[in-house]
Amino acid sequence: MTLTPVITEHWDDPELFTLAGYRRHGGYTALASALKQDPDAIIGTVKDSGLRGRGGAGFPTGLKWSFVPQNDGKPHYLVVNADESEPGACKDIPIMIANPHALIEGVIITSFAIRANHAFIYIRGEVPEAIRRVANAVREAREAGLIGTDIMGTGFDLDIVVHSGAGAYICGEETALLNSLEGLRGQPRLKPPFPAVAGLYASPTVINNVETICNIPYIVGRGVDWFRQFGTEKSPGFKVFAVSGHVNRPGIYEAPLGITMRELLDYAGGMIDDRPVKFWLPGGSSVPMLTAEHLDTPMTYEAMAEAGTMLGTGTPMIFNDTVSVVKAVTRWLEFYKHESCGKCTPCREGTYWITGTLERFQEGHGSDREMETLTDLCGQIMGRSFCALGDAAATPYPAAMKYFRDEFAAATSTPVDDSFDPAASYVFSGAAAR
Amino acid sequence: MTVTSNSGPGSDLEMATDLITVVIDGVEMQVPKGTLVIRAAEQLGIEVPRFCDHPLLDPVAACRACLIEVEGMPKPQPACAQVLNDGMNVKTQYASEVARLAQEGVMEFLLLNHPLDCPVCDKGGECPLQNQAMSAGRPETRFDGEKREFDKPINVSAQILLDRERCVSCARCTRFAEQIAGDPMIELLERGAQQQVGTADDEPFDSYFSGNTVQICPVGALTSASYRFRSRPFDLVSVPTTCEHCASGCSLRTDYRRGVVTRRLAWDDPEVNEEWNCDKGRFAFTYQRNGRVEHPMIRENGELRVASWPEAIDAAARGLAAARGQVGVLVGGRSTVEDAYAYARFARTALASDDIDFRVRETADEETAFLAARVAGSPVAASYDSLETAPAVLLVALEPEDESPIVFLRLRKAARSGTKVVSVGAVATTGLAKMSGTLVPARPGGEAAVLRALDDDTRALLSQPGSVIMVGERAAGAQGTLSAVAELADATGATLAWVPRRAGERSALDAGALAGLLPGGRPIEDPQAREQVAAAWGIPASDLPAVNGRSGDAILRAARDGELSALVVGGVELVDYADPTLAEEAIDNAGFVVSLENHHSAVTERADVVLPVAVVTEKAGTFLNWEGRPRPFGQVFRDALTMGDAKVLSMIAAAMEIPLPGDVRVLRAELGALGPWAGNRFQAPTTPSGAASEGTVLASWRLLLDSGLMQEDEPHLAATARPTVAMVSATTAAALGETVTVTGPAGSVTLPVQVADMSDDAVWVPMNSPGCHIHTDLGVTPGASVRLTAGGAA
Repeated sequence: MTLTPVITEHWDDPELFTLAGYRRHGGYTALASALKQDPDAIIGTVKDSGLRGRGGAGFPTGLKWSFVPQNDGKPHYLVVNADESEPGACKDIPIMIANPHALIEGVIITSFAIRANHAFIYIRGEVPEAIRRVANAVREAREAGLIGTDIMGTGFDLDIVVHSGAGAYICGEETALLNSLEGLRGQPRLKPPFPAVAGLYASPTVINNVETICNIPYIVGRGVDWFRQFGTEKSPGFKVFAVSGHVNRPGIYEAPLGITMRELLDYAGGMIDDRPVKFWLPGGSSVPMLTAEHLDTPMTYEAMAEAGTMLGTGTPMIFNDTVSVVKAVTRWLEFYKHESCGKCTPCREGTYWITGTLERFQEGHGSDREMETLTDLCGQIMGRSFCALGDAAATPYPAAMKYFRDEFAAATSTPVDDSFDPAASYVFSGAAAR
Repeated sequence: MTVTSNSGPGSDLEMATDLITVVIDGVEMQVPKGTLVIRAAEQLGIEVPRFCDHPLLDPVAACRACLIEVEGMPKPQPACAQVLNDGMNVKTQYASEVARLAQEGVMEFLLLNHPLDCPVCDKGGECPLQNQAMSAGRPETRFDGEKREFDKPINVSAQILLDRERCVSCARCTRFAEQIAGDPMIELLERGAQQQVGTADDEPFDSYFSGNTVQICPVGALTSASYRFRSRPFDLVSVPTTCEHCASGCSLRTDYRRGVVTRRLAWDDPEVNEEWNCDKGRFAFTYQRNGRVEHPMIRENGELRVASWPEAIDAAARGLAAARGQVGVLVGGRSTVEDAYAYARFARTALASDDIDFRVRETADEETAFLAARVAGSPVAASYDSLETAPAVLLVALEPEDESPIVFLRLRKAARSGTKVVSVGAVATTGLAKMSGTLVPARPGGEAAVLRALDDDTRALLSQPGSVIMVGERAAGAQGTLSAVAELADATGATLAWVPRRAGERSALDAGALAGLLPGGRPIEDPQAREQVAAAWGIPASDLPAVNGRSGDAILRAARDGELSALVVGGVELVDYADPTLAEEAIDNAGFVVSLENHHSAVTERADVVLPVAVVTEKAGTFLNWEGRPRPFGQVFRDALTMGDAKVLSMIAAAMEIPLPGDVRVLRAELGALGPWAGNRFQAPTTPSGAASEGTVLASWRLLLDSGLMQEDEPHLAATARPTVAMVSATTAAALGETVTVTGPAGSVTLPVQVADMSDDAVWVPMNSPGCHIHTDLGVTPGASVRLTAGGAA
C-alpha cells in the first residue's frame, strides 16, 4: 500500500505553517465552499464519509455532530482536543506545528456545521511550539477575516480560543477537558448528560481530536467519494501514523487505513540492526500489545479489534527483543499511577497497587501468587472505573501476560535488568550497547 | 444511613403520577420516573454498599462501591447514579456474581491505603467502611505493599480535623460544603493516591455548617476537636432531642456517657432540618455542665446563702404572696412550651398578674399587637417545605444564616431550584449571595417606609401563589415594620412567617407568656377566651386579670419605678435587653425578686430567692419552632436531680395554696386540650413608618457564633466564629482606612473595617461579639445614630 500524504502533503514547505504558505497549497478553498452550503449538508457529508474519530475511540464523527440539538436556544461549542499525551502518540502535535491552518480551517467548517460561534483548542501545555503555531494561525486567520464576525460575508460569526493545558493526562478525557477549560479540577464528569447535550458551560458541545478536524477541509473540499477511495468500508480514509521505537526511521507516515504494520515498518526503514520485532502497540500504551505474528493485520478499527486490540491513536510503538516486557509494562503503569486523577477508587487505588507490585517484579521479587493477583486486580479495574483512564491502566498487564507470561515468571526470581541488559535497548546513537 | 428525602427523586410515591415498572433482583416494582437504582433498592430492603452516595447530595459515582448489573449493559453500573428506565432489569450483589465481585473488588481497593487504626479511630464502631468491609469485602487482604502516609491530623479549621490517610475520596464533605452550605472552602487537591481534601492557605473551613462533614464522612477522616478521642460509639447512650439554640427547631441526637454529654449529631427530620444542623447546635453544649446554680439560695442580711428547697420555696411563696397583683414575670426566650405555660398560668393565678413577657431583647407595643394578631396560636402556615416550593421569599429584618441557619439552608436549597429570595435590609451579605438573593436596601430604622413603597415587580413576585414573607424579631425595633409586613402580606396574599431567634420565643407566645394573651393566642379581654381558660384552670373567669398587663420594657420601668413590687425571672440575661441599665435598675428596685435559673447570672446575684432549674438535658419538653411546629424532646438524663421551671413553679404555687400542675405531661395535655384560639383575633397594628435616624445609622444583628452564654467553654467552636469587624461601604471605607471607631452614647468600639455592599451612611457591627456588645459598649440598638471616626482615636 502506498503512502497517501494529505494532511502531511506539503510538510516539506517550510512556510506551510503560515497563512500564505497554506493558501499556496489550496488552503481555505474548502471553507469558501462550505460556508455556501447548508450546515446540515456538511454534517451529512461527514456522516457519509464515514470518518471516525482519530483520538483513539474511533466514534463516527458525523454521528457525533448530529447529536447536537438544533434550535435549542443555547450556544453551541466546538472543543478541539489537542491534549495529546498518550505514551507513544505523537501525531497531533506535529500536525499543529507543521500545518496549523488545516486545523483552523477544519474548526471553522465544523463550527459552521454544528452552529457554534465559539471554538476552543485545548492544547497540551508542555508543547509551547504547538501552542505558538496554533495561536499564530488563529491570529492570521482573524486578521484575514477568516474568523471573527460575518466571515466571508456569510453572516457567520466565530471566535477561536487557544487554551493551554497544565500537564495532566486526564484532561485528554473529554469531560475532564471541559472541566479544565471551565477552570475546574481536571476530573471526568458523570455522564449522562453527554457533552453533545450539556457540555461546556452546560451547553451542547462537540469535542473532536485535532487529526479528525484536520480531515474535515479535505472531505468537504474533495468529496465523500474521494475520501472513501482510501481505507475500508468500516474504516474509510487515511491516517497519520506516527511510528516510534526500534525502527531506523521513526516518524510520521500518512497512509490509507488498512495498511499493515509490516508495510509501515518498511517505510520506517525496518528494525534497527534487523533485530526481530518482539511486541508492538498499534496506538498508544492504552491498547493491548501485539506480536510479530500480527504484522500483517490491516491497521483498521475492525481488524485491530478482531486481533484483540484497538487502533487507538494509530501511533505504533515497536519494540525489539532487547526489551523486557515486565519493564515496559511497569513504565506504563507508573505513568497511569502518576496520571490517575484520583476521582474513582479502582483507578486511584488499583494503579497504586499494581505499580508497586510490578516494581517488585522488576527487582526480581515477584511471586506466582502475585501474578494471579495482578490479573485479578486488572479485572477489578477494567469496566469498573469512572472513565477510560482506568481501563487503559488495566490493559497492559493482561495483554503482556497473554504473550509473555514466562518473563513475569522469571521476574519472580531474577531482576529484569539481569535478564535484559537495559543498555542494549537504547536507540540513541553512541549508546553503550551498540 | 438514611434513605428518605422529602423532595428528591424516589420519594412521595403516592404523589407521583409518572410511574415506571422495573425489576430488581427478580422483584417487580413501580417507582417514579427518574428514581435512582440505589433508592429503589432501598425500598426493597436491599442495601447496596455505598460511600460517595448521599440522598441529599448530587450523585458523583466516584467510589464505585455500589456497582450493580443492568441487563443489556456491558459493564456494571453505579447504582447511585443509574436512573431507572421503564422495564429495566437490575441485579444487585444478591442476584449477580458480576455485581458481587465488582463490589468486592472496589472494597479491596478502598482498604488498600486505609490505615488499620480502627481501635483508635473515632469512627470505629459506627463506620460505614468497617461495616461494609465486613458485608461486601474479602475476608483477608492480599495487599502487602506499603500504604501511603500523610502527616496527621491537619486542621481544616480550629474545630475540624482531617486525617488524610483515612480518606476514601468520596467527596461527600466537599460536595456538602459546595452544594448544601455554599461554603466551598474545602476541596480535593492533588491527584491519584495523593488526592486529599484541603483548604486554601490561611483560609480555614470556617463554615457555620462544618460539623455536618464530620457526620457524613463515611470513614474517620474528619473529626471534631471537641469529640476526638473522647469516647467510643458503643459506649454511648443516644437520645433523640431538639436543639435549644434557635427557632429552626433541629432534631438532634444527644450522645452521652456516664452522665456527660459527649457529642450531638444532626438527626434525620426531612420536614425540618433534613439531615443537617449548624455548628452551634452541634458543638455548643458544654454550658449545660459548667457554671450551674447547684442549690437553692435565699438572701439573708444582704447576702445570698444556700438554703434547703422547702425553706427557699417557702421564702419565695411568702414574698410573692405579699406582692400578689403587683408582680411582673420575665420568662426569657428559652423556655419550653410546658414551662412557659406554667409561667403563664402561675402569673395569672398565683400572682393575679398579666404583667408577663418572654422577650429579652428590643420590643415594642407594635410587636405585641402584631404577634397577637398574626402569630400567637396560629397553625403552621409557612413551613420548610413551603419555602422550598415558594416562587419568592421576602426577608425582612432577618439574616437567616446567622439568625436561623436551617432556614438559610432550606432557602439556599430552594434558590438552587428557582426560588427568588429578596431581602429588605441594610447589607447585601454573603449569606444573601449564597441564596442568590437580591437586596432591597433599607436604612436601619426605615424598613417600614421601604416596604410600603416596594416596587411593583417585587409585589408581583410576592403575589404568586405560595410566596412567603419572613420577618425577623429585629423588626420590632424599627417602627412600622411589622405593620407594613402585615399590610404587604394582606395585599399580596403571601404567607407570613415570624422568625424569632431563640428556641423558646414562639413556645412562650403560644403558651400565653405575654401580656394580654392567654394560652393559644386567646385575648385576655375576650369574655369567651377568659371562660375557656378559666374552665381549664378550674377557677372563675373573674379571677383572671381583667385588662391587658404590661409587656416589654414597661415591666422593667414599672419595677424600677416601684409600681411593681416583685419580679419572677426565669432564664434572663440582663445584657440582652436593649437597655441593660434599665433592666439592672428594675431588678435592683423591685422589692422582691425570685430567680429560676440554671446558671449564675446578673439576676441571681441580685435576687432574693434563687431556685436552680434544669437545663434541656435534664427535663422533657417541647419547643415550637418558627413554623409553629411542635418539637418535643425527652429527658436525656433520667436520673437528674434538677427540676424543670414548671415543677419549681408548681411547688411555689402549692406553698401559696394555688393549684398548678408541675408534671410536663399534664401541662402538655392541658394546653393541648385548650387548643388554639378560634375566636376573634386582634387587628394587626397600623403603626406609621418610623423615620430613620440622622447621620450614620447602625445596622446590627447577632452572629450565629458570638458571645452568647450558651456557647461558653467551647474554644474550638469559638475559633471558627467570624471575626468581629465593622462593615461599611467602599466609599466610607476609603475615608476610614483599616480601622474604625464606632461611638454611641455609652462608649466606643474600635474594629477592623470590612467593605460590604451597603449605603454610605450606615455601619454594621455585630450585636454581641467579642469586642463589640452594642447594648453595653455603645448603649444603642440597631437604627441608632452613631459616630464613625478613622482609626483608633475615638
